[in-house]
Amino acid sequence: MKSKVPAYPYFGWMAVFTIIPMLFVLYFAFIGDDGQFTLDGFRRLADPYMIAIFLKSLWLALLTTIICLLIAYPMAYILSRMKLNTQRTMMLLVMLPMWMNFLLRIYAWMMLLENNGLINKLLGFIGLGPFQLIGTTGAILAGMAYNFLPFMVLPIYSVMTKIDGSLIEASQDLGCNFFGVLRRILLPLSFPGVITGITMVFVPAASTFVISQRLGGGELMIGDVIEMYFVGAEPNFNTGASISLVLMLVILIGMGIMNLFDKDEMEGMLI
Amino acid sequence: MQENILTLRDIVVEFDGERILDKINLSIRDNEFVTLLGPSGCGKTTTLRIIAGFVEPNAGEVLFEGQKINGVPPHMRQVNTVFQRYALFPHLDVFENVAFGLRIKKTPKDELNRRVMEMLELVDLKGFEKRSVQSLSGGQQQRVAIARAVVGKPRMLLLDEPLAALDLKLRKEMQLELKNIQQSLGITFVFVTHDQEEALSMSDTVVVMQDGVIQQIGTPEDIYNEPANAFVADFIGDSNILDGIMKRDFLVSFEGQECACLDRDFAPNERVDVVIRPEDVDIVPTQLGIFTGTVESSLFKGVHYEIVVDVSGYKWYIHTTDNVEIGAQVGLKFGPEDLHIMHKMFDGTTNVLQGEVVGEDEIEFLGVRFTRENLGLPVGAPVRLTFSPYDIIVAPEEDRDATVYVESVIYKGRFSELIVWKDETQLILRTQRDEQVATDIGVDFNFDHIKIEPLGEKADA
Repeated sequence: MKSKVPAYPYFGWMAVFTIIPMLFVLYFAFIGDDGQFTLDGFRRLADPYMIAIFLKSLWLALLTTIICLLIAYPMAYILSRMKLNTQRTMMLLVMLPMWMNFLLRIYAWMMLLENNGLINKLLGFIGLGPFQLIGTTGAILAGMAYNFLPFMVLPIYSVMTKIDGSLIEASQDLGCNFFGVLRRILLPLSFPGVITGITMVFVPAASTFVISQRLGGGELMIGDVIEMYFVGAEPNFNTGASISLVLMLVILIGMGIMNLFDKDEMEGMLI
Repeated sequence: MQENILTLRDIVVEFDGERILDKINLSIRDNEFVTLLGPSGCGKTTTLRIIAGFVEPNAGEVLFEGQKINGVPPHMRQVNTVFQRYALFPHLDVFENVAFGLRIKKTPKDELNRRVMEMLELVDLKGFEKRSVQSLSGGQQQRVAIARAVVGKPRMLLLDEPLAALDLKLRKEMQLELKNIQQSLGITFVFVTHDQEEALSMSDTVVVMQDGVIQQIGTPEDIYNEPANAFVADFIGDSNILDGIMKRDFLVSFEGQECACLDRDFAPNERVDVVIRPEDVDIVPTQLGIFTGTVESSLFKGVHYEIVVDVSGYKWYIHTTDNVEIGAQVGLKFGPEDLHIMHKMFDGTTNVLQGEVVGEDEIEFLGVRFTRENLGLPVGAPVRLTFSPYDIIVAPEEDRDATVYVESVIYKGRFSELIVWKDETQLILRTQRDEQVATDIGVDFNFDHIKIEPLGEKADA
């Protein structure tokens, strides 16, 4: 057994930045402003308006995940089969937007989608539009998919590069056409990357904020609601913490179900 | 006469402007065991990939049973491949790996089970069905790869150096086993290897390749006993290769001796390569020998001794069952039937090429410039440059005069003779260094030794 000493700083880190904040959330979720035990926060979440926002957020996160997966999967495959130098350049381009401030990117999308924004102007040149782009669900999805795409591409790309080209050739040699290769070789072997990608997109997408306010014409997602309860005009830590807790549980259950899948599929893959 | 199952006609393959295969012509008969043999980079694997459908030739035809199959994708071809690193599917167990091709063909369950189990029995892997492929040894993985490729009863099996990763003992066993599998299933095998012993012991036909060109096609006996040129002789087994001159039919002169031989139809006084196999040379008392020399080393090889005898600088390799003492004076003897006479692969003993005067006292050839004092030729005048093989020096250092591509390396007792390409020009050089074919090497020129003659209109008479 190796010494545990090198791990101590990380234990400390996790205690300070993960465990203690979680305990705070737990505390505020059940304790009101007056310091008494209360379930008020959860009661407020049971409001039909709040449930609608909650479900819509999960639904938008799901759609975002699907869009990202559909774009990222073929992209990761094609990238992984390119020359090494091209791969590096392309990955750099995928990562590049992440070096810019998140808010800045959202404002850029607003400029694009506005009624007299860039897209409508370009469409105008060929005699189309203007269309109502900003303030729609489509705009929210576009912003979220754009924002989270790298988190889907990276894990899938990293498993794809590990799939030996000779495996693909071997399956073609044994009679697989394109779809056969996809179904029998690529999907099973890239599955761990897909699971990671889904997790890394769905979780932050479900609790995202600002995007829907800015691109969805002031529409709120659950992340925005939580933000309001903590830093809004009338802060209510109790309600904010309650919603956070429920959201966390829902995501945790979702991930748990997916991990079950994961284990079933992966049995043959473990060495 | 059996029918040809596969024919390659004038196949040319180029990658990034480099010619990998240069007009390959090859016919393979049904049920034949054909081996493509050559050093790495000779184009043997590319030939195999053309047959499998992974590489499309830039020119030429691939015929399968008389039908042109250029452009037919791999999954539609009746050939299967055993890959070099096996390429077993890591997410499937042994049974599913073997069953892979049958599942795609939607084989009924009973038949699928029966055929997979039969195949696992054939390759001696019964009881391993549920094992993960990564838990198997190299030899076992190899067997799974073979079973997977032959279970679908392909017309032809392609094997890309399948034994390269196995240790010597296992490799010998697998050679026998492969031959048995080929005979019991009646499938045409096309086998790629760089191991000449493997090629000779397993094949019906050996195809020797070098630098994208087929050097010789023949039975293992033909290839060994009657090599077509010095490259084949050097590559297949050990050889003593000497420069000689064909005096007339049945008489060759080399190393200052004239010897009777069985070869004819060469040009009078043609420069030739003389090949003598080490086991064809007898060690005799000095007074009976054609040559006499000093025993330099003796190595016991199990069945024979490998003895090196120095005859005025040339190192003769001799295989014999009787040992001799190191330092002893011995005679070397051989008969006319032991000499194999071959045309030279490079005509000329020296390099002759054209250059141009590009400045005062400055000449350029093959992109290389050098100066010569008091040249006295006008700028733009063409010149003929002549220099010997010793005037090109292999130089690995950074600041070399030129980079050349090695086409062939033939060991000739005192030195290695290299035929190299610079741009479109062939050059010959001699070196003591050990160089690899199909690689780029740096060379320096001995500019002071280059003989310069004006070409065309003479400079001021």
